[in-house]
Amino acid sequence: MRHLLSIEDLDRDEIERILASAAFFGEVADRPIKKVPSFRGRLVINLFYEASTRTRSSFELAAKRLSTDVLNVVSSGSSVEKGESLRDTVATLSAYGPDAIVIRSPHAGAPALIAGWTPAGVVNAGDGKHQHPTQALLDVYVLRQRLGELEGRSIWIVGDVLHSRVARSCAQAFRKLGADVTFAGPPTLVPNTLAALGCEVRHTLDGIGDADVIYALRLQHERMSEAFLPSLREYAAHYQINSRRLRARQLLMHPGPVNRGVELSGEVIDAPNSLIVEQVRAGIVVRMAVLVEVLSGSHAGDPSVRRLPAPEPQLA
Amino acid sequence: MTALFAAPAPPAELLLRDARVLDPRSGLDGARDVLLRAGAVAEIGESGSLESPAGCETIDASGKHLFPAFVDPHVHLRTPGQEHKEDLETGTRAAAAGGYCAVVAMPNTDPVLDQPALLRGLIAQAGAHARVPVGFMAAISVGLRGEQLTEMALLREAGALGFTDDGKPVRSAGLLRRALQYQRLCGGLIALHEEDPTLSGDGVMHEGEVSAALGLAGIPSISEATMIARDALVAAHEGGRVHFQHISARSSVAALAGARAAGIAVSGEASPHHLLLTDEAVRSLDTSFKMNPPLRSEDDRQALIEALRDGTIECIATDHAPHARDEKAVPFEAAPMGTTGLETAFAALYTDLVQPGTLTLACLLERFTAAAGLLELETPTIVPGAPANVCLVDLDASWRVGEGGYESRSTNSCFAGRELNGRVLLTVAGGRVAYRERSFALSAA
Repeated sequence: MRHLLSIEDLDRDEIERILASAAFFGEVADRPIKKVPSFRGRLVINLFYEASTRTRSSFELAAKRLSTDVLNVVSSGSSVEKGESLRDTVATLSAYGPDAIVIRSPHAGAPALIAGWTPAGVVNAGDGKHQHPTQALLDVYVLRQRLGELEGRSIWIVGDVLHSRVARSCAQAFRKLGADVTFAGPPTLVPNTLAALGCEVRHTLDGIGDADVIYALRLQHERMSEAFLPSLREYAAHYQINSRRLRARQLLMHPGPVNRGVELSGEVIDAPNSLIVEQVRAGIVVRMAVLVEVLSGSHAGDPSVRRLPAPEPQLA
Repeated sequence: MTALFAAPAPPAELLLRDARVLDPRSGLDGARDVLLRAGAVAEIGESGSLESPAGCETIDASGKHLFPAFVDPHVHLRTPGQEHKEDLETGTRAAAAGGYCAVVAMPNTDPVLDQPALLRGLIAQAGAHARVPVGFMAAISVGLRGEQLTEMALLREAGALGFTDDGKPVRSAGLLRRALQYQRLCGGLIALHEEDPTLSGDGVMHEGEVSAALGLAGIPSISEATMIARDALVAAHEGGRVHFQHISARSSVAALAGARAAGIAVSGEASPHHLLLTDEAVRSLDTSFKMNPPLRSEDDRQALIEALRDGTIECIATDHAPHARDEKAVPFEAAPMGTTGLETAFAALYTDLVQPGTLTLACLLERFTAAAGLLELETPTIVPGAPANVCLVDLDASWRVGEGGYESRSTNSCFAGRELNGRVLLTVAGGRVAYRERSFALSAA
């Protein structure tokens, strides 16, 4: 695989391959020495234009466990803050000869754009509200470990779907593996147009008892100032996943960080059927698997693609 | 005071022999010899009947079409302040290459064209650099801030064709009302970019299934239609006349048609990109497809085509909006809005609407010149005595957009890479030869 930009680009076989490779790294993680030497001397650059704790740290850890060198570039304090364009930043970083660039951007499509500007493999670590493919893969990994096949399983994604790259990527990944996906939340945050992703759209939690998995999304506080919600209290009354709504046989997921008492009540976060900590743990091994794919597939050693391509006319 | 301004050039002295003349205004449709002398149409005769006077170039136009040249009520020439995108010379070269004999520049420049002194300076520049006659719209509000009226009467006396805050809506109905009251004093078209910012928010594309799938903030079609409905009522109340720019949605067409049926003096324009593309193009996240108003749904597009055909929308405007390559080579959400359009408008519409039989060529040509009437300019026509405003077009020539570069300083064409039919070979604008296609210039010599 040359790049990982979107779940849309993956077929089922590729997903299975990544999951199998992640399972292998899961065994390595239980050993006293958690590193594998396969990619010693390779360079991975983490280019983060948005604040991130778990995604950035798990990519860093994943790269280190593959024995690569890791360079972290965050927007604050870098030339990005001095107004350097994305294209110039990528050109500069590409001069260091990275084998992979992991990018988190507030803008949809930024990873695909830089894939055209650098010879390195590019991994999308979240672009705007568009895609977060490694999150979706790690969620699939966790569910497969718990449930086996996802074929015919019912997964409800609850909350602020409109502003969620996690919801979009997960819905696509779950569907590729045969699950039925329902989006649920208030009409302001779950517009009917989301049905275009092949998911059912609901505005109440009636029927959520039939779900096998409930995937709650983080609710950003600024949604209230933007008038998407009248109040958190009202949201919680209608859409919070709590012990009354979560059944013992159902699995609970959340991409983190959780607003306790808003989208989830305190007691379900720590319940035995909550997979939230497992999701974090899976983040490292799945990102190791993704980096292996991209590092193996990148043409970084080929001098013919080292040079930054000259600007081309934009073709429609 | 004339309303259009161009650099001086010798008047056209040309005999176009055996051209297929099509002029929807005069009704002429047939092969003719057309003699242009002293910047005017001097004589029209049957093919082979006219003699070339001494000193007059003869062009064999057999198999080529001669049309009244086009009028664009809506272009951005980026002068003053953003000459790295376009200037009066490059913008009017692009216009000439597209077959235009007149273009109207928008005032959202830097600084904003909101003072008579600035306008006088621009008119002087146009008199030195414009290849094609240019008219200027002045701002409705100072700085486009929507708070205080510009000196509309003084701006009209300085040569403004009309007024617009294009790029931004006039949020305040009260301010628009004052502008319409001033229109009674000083005349001039009031052209409106219709968008309710409380509905469009920070949207970057049409709100619909594609925006939902991509996670991009949407601009709903009602953000345009509701403002058209509002402003038509304001215009009716003041007995004024308003023109709606770059109409993009079915609901907007309905609002325009409703206003006209109620007897309100309204008019509308549509842009080639809205007539030919939809939000599906945005799936690529190619910033060439980012414009405001955004590319909308197929249903909206069909409504625009129907409105253009039945005359609800009376003219075509490119909204030619050049941006430097660097400015567009950024993620979609960060990119500026706009596409160039002058060099591709005719060929794109001819290829996609006329050739498949959706629109007649005569109707398309009428819509390409009708803006002149709205702006109280002389409508281009090919009759003896009329000013020479013609373009010679090879409808059989196909070309790939961008392959030979652009006359515009910018390259952000939403049709880049497309194979189009219909090549402008020669443009005579305001009585002067403004453009010759390279290969054609050689063969004609």
